[in-house]
Amino acid sequence: MLQGTLDVLILQTLIAAPAHGHTIAHVIGHRSEDVLQVEHGSLYPALHRLEDRGWIAAFWGTSENNRKARYYRLTPAGRRQLEHETSRWDRFVRAVTQVLRPAEE
Amino acid sequence: MRLLRWLARARWDRERSRELESYLDVEAADNVARGISPADARDAARRKLGNLTRIREEIHEMNGIGWLDRFSGDLRYAARTLRGNAGFATVAIMSLALGIGANTAIFQLLDAVRLRTLPVVRPQEIVQLRIAGGNSGMGMNGPFGGLTRPQWEEIGRQQQAVDLFAWSIGGARVGPEQRGAPAVNVSAGYFPVLGVPPWRGRFFTSADDEATCPATRAVVSYDYWQREMGGVELTPASRLLVDGRNLELIGVAPPGFRGLVVGDRFDVAFPLCRPREVRNDVFHTLVMGRLRDGWSAARATEHLRAISPGIMAATQITGYTDATHRQYREFKLEAAESPRGVSELRERYDTSLWLLLAITGLVLLIACANIANLMLARATAREREIAVRLAIGASRRRLIAQLLTESALIAAVGAALGVAVAAGLSRVLVAALSSENRQIALTLDTDWRVFGFATIVAALTCVVFGLAPAFRGTRAAPVDAMKSGGRGSTDGRERYALQRVLVIGQIAVSLVLLVGAALFVRSFYNLTTFDAGVRQEGISVVFMGFGRDEVPRERVKPLIAELVAEVRALPGVENVATTTHVPLMGGSWGHGVKAGVADESTRFTWVSPTYFATVDQPLLAGRRFSETDTPTSAPVAIVNEAFLRTFFPRQPNPLGKTLMQYAEPDYPETVYEIVGVVKDAQYNGLRGDVPPSVLVPASQFPAPQGGLAMLIRSANADAMLATVRRHLKQAHPQFDIDGVVLQQRVRESLVRERLMALLSGFFGVLAALLATIGLYGVIAYIMQRRRNEVGIRLALGAQPGQIVRMVLRDAGMLVVVGVAVGTALAVVAGRGAETLLFGLRPTDVATFAGATLLLATIAFVASAIPAMRAARVDPMRALRQD
Repeated sequence: MLQGTLDVLILQTLIAAPAHGHTIAHVIGHRSEDVLQVEHGSLYPALHRLEDRGWIAAFWGTSENNRKARYYRLTPAGRRQLEHETSRWDRFVRAVTQVLRPAEE
Repeated sequence: MRLLRWLARARWDRERSRELESYLDVEAADNVARGISPADARDAARRKLGNLTRIREEIHEMNGIGWLDRFSGDLRYAARTLRGNAGFATVAIMSLALGIGANTAIFQLLDAVRLRTLPVVRPQEIVQLRIAGGNSGMGMNGPFGGLTRPQWEEIGRQQQAVDLFAWSIGGARVGPEQRGAPAVNVSAGYFPVLGVPPWRGRFFTSADDEATCPATRAVVSYDYWQREMGGVELTPASRLLVDGRNLELIGVAPPGFRGLVVGDRFDVAFPLCRPREVRNDVFHTLVMGRLRDGWSAARATEHLRAISPGIMAATQITGYTDATHRQYREFKLEAAESPRGVSELRERYDTSLWLLLAITGLVLLIACANIANLMLARATAREREIAVRLAIGASRRRLIAQLLTESALIAAVGAALGVAVAAGLSRVLVAALSSENRQIALTLDTDWRVFGFATIVAALTCVVFGLAPAFRGTRAAPVDAMKSGGRGSTDGRERYALQRVLVIGQIAVSLVLLVGAALFVRSFYNLTTFDAGVRQEGISVVFMGFGRDEVPRERVKPLIAELVAEVRALPGVENVATTTHVPLMGGSWGHGVKAGVADESTRFTWVSPTYFATVDQPLLAGRRFSETDTPTSAPVAIVNEAFLRTFFPRQPNPLGKTLMQYAEPDYPETVYEIVGVVKDAQYNGLRGDVPPSVLVPASQFPAPQGGLAMLIRSANADAMLATVRRHLKQAHPQFDIDGVVLQQRVRESLVRERLMALLSGFFGVLAALLATIGLYGVIAYIMQRRRNEVGIRLALGAQPGQIVRMVLRDAGMLVVVGVAVGTALAVVAGRGAETLLFGLRPTDVATFAGATLLLATIAFVASAIPAMRAARVDPMRALRQD
């Protein structure tokens, strides 16, 4: 997976509602139709990094099946960062697409 | 921010652990829901998550500050390793601390006495004006090459090279308790020319220089002002009680200014007032100055030489022999640079201090060699450990950083202890140099330059020798290092070449130090047991000053007789004598003498008839003085053997011969008949040749006598001194009374010798100890490495004794070579110490033999212990190991 991509995916996942690590991993897997295989182990350092930068905040809650879990929600700063990253990503994708289809005209 | 996170990371780790636990719980529950058995569910969850510890580590790492983490980790690891190897750490750290501390302390002292300039403005411009080559003991002399007051005044009128000032050393009874205090008499120019401003009030003016003594104003030092006067602000009404008179206290000198004598201080300064009787043969005035713009000391000397004849003619000495008068007129003045002031300490301790610095330098060298050896042995022993770490993926850089941390830790702890050692040792040194009668005032701040130098040297040793094997180890392919580590039957001799050279060096240097120590200790012993020819035990000396006006001249001799009788009558007194010169206490009193074949200055002492019995100076021929020798009877003299050797070398019987004493002011020309010969006795100190001396009856003393020195013999000189002082103070409160115990004073005069004996002894033993530890370390280390070899030898039938002999032969070679080199070095080094020795030569065979024997013995023990331990090894276990 591309460096930094995981961060955007996590932020995107959290835009709907707060979630804990397990959910985040599964949601990313589902949404990408299992193309993006998130190694569950590598998720936690990424979460830590995002929390450290103030893009997400954590609280302890109770999971669907009644277990204690650490939930994350998006902070306003995280929201801004997500917008920034998304547009950057869009530009990147457009550029790559253009390069890959040079003989359009 | 990062630091906060770094500090909070233990909490973070707990938080993450809980989170990961919760993931496992959730995932396991999901798995169960998917139909996996509860037992496998959790394992599956765990597999999915991956390596838990690695995740935690990754997060931990993110919270860290890379270098700080690595450094603190290395530091903790180093501390743990050193704690695990306490013996090694202690020896290394103590070697460092002693080496660094001793060097710093000795250098501080040397710097204070020898190198530091005066705390005045531009000290390089300060010069002393003195007679080139000295005045050959003419007239009356103080220390430091003084001039006469008329000379000073005449120089002031004629020279243009310097801004001049003059001062002399004095003493006074000061304050409400009239305690004796060190004082200086200074001209008006003294403070302004030195650039020392008043701290309070003002200093003297030229009117004070012109005023006739006694002085009416005084200035006190800052220390005295603080200590004795509580720093009370001065007012125009401030007074200071000096020698029974109230003087106007006009100023306070600034803190830190203690005068121009190194190691001395003044409490009070008086004006250099004009004595009622200005004499041109009293050389007590120190004339100094600051070079004016454009003048160098050389140019000033040229100028002074040119005007010298005029100055000498204008201040001509009178009342001496023609030869003396002629010699005086030939005197040439010079300007000597004295940015460091004048010093008696410097002259007395110069050689000693440099020698001590050399000694401590050698100790540092041995300490470094020791550390090098220890570090080498350790690092080599760890080659295998290093190889293993390299093999499992440690980077070379990390390994070196870690070894470096360990060396640095040793160096840092050693240096910190070194500061403590330096501070303690300087205090001991100053205390050792001071005596009850002479407090030494030196500013001894920790000298960070030297401390830095010693520390860097020691730290570099640590680092270089700690790292060298690490480099070697990390270069080698790990497999090779692991293979050779301990498995090879015997290591080549070359492997220890460096260690061997270091041990040889240590033995050599410590032999030099041991020989030095033995020489100084024996010198000191020789001095304390030396028969000076006069009795020291049980002699109390009492000085009395009559004051010029209090006793009329014709009353002095009867008064002395009364005083002696009073003291003689005190219980416990065995004998009492008077003398004009107390032996062994420094000082010198001479007159020109012509007799027999010689014509030269000779020591003169006027003594009472009881003198010879009091100090046990045996009469060899003729008679002692008696009551029949009176002021009006024929002048008679008793001479010593040295006198006969000089003046009557081929006269078997000098009795009845005469000697002529040349005229001097107050001492008219007199011809004495020699009536007795006494055995030679040391004159003003234990050292030095006995000078030709003439003893004359006190009753025939020709000059006005302002005081008296009494020698009192008893069983207990201390108690007797107190008794006599008490009695005299009560019976004659109008007189100044002072006293000392002769033996105590003589001991005090051996301060330099005691210091050298003490310190060189201490450092000598220390050096031997360090060298022994070094030898022990190397032998023990080699034996450790040769366990397999020893095991095989034993298995093949070698006797343990043979093993021990083999090791001892090996160690013996090191000692023999070390001793040979050390002996050569000690012979060379001994020359530098020759002048400090007493009663033995620097190449004293017994000393060398003793030091060698001592060193060989401890070296034997140091190598026998590891050898015996090696020989006791069980062959099977030695071979099976590794």
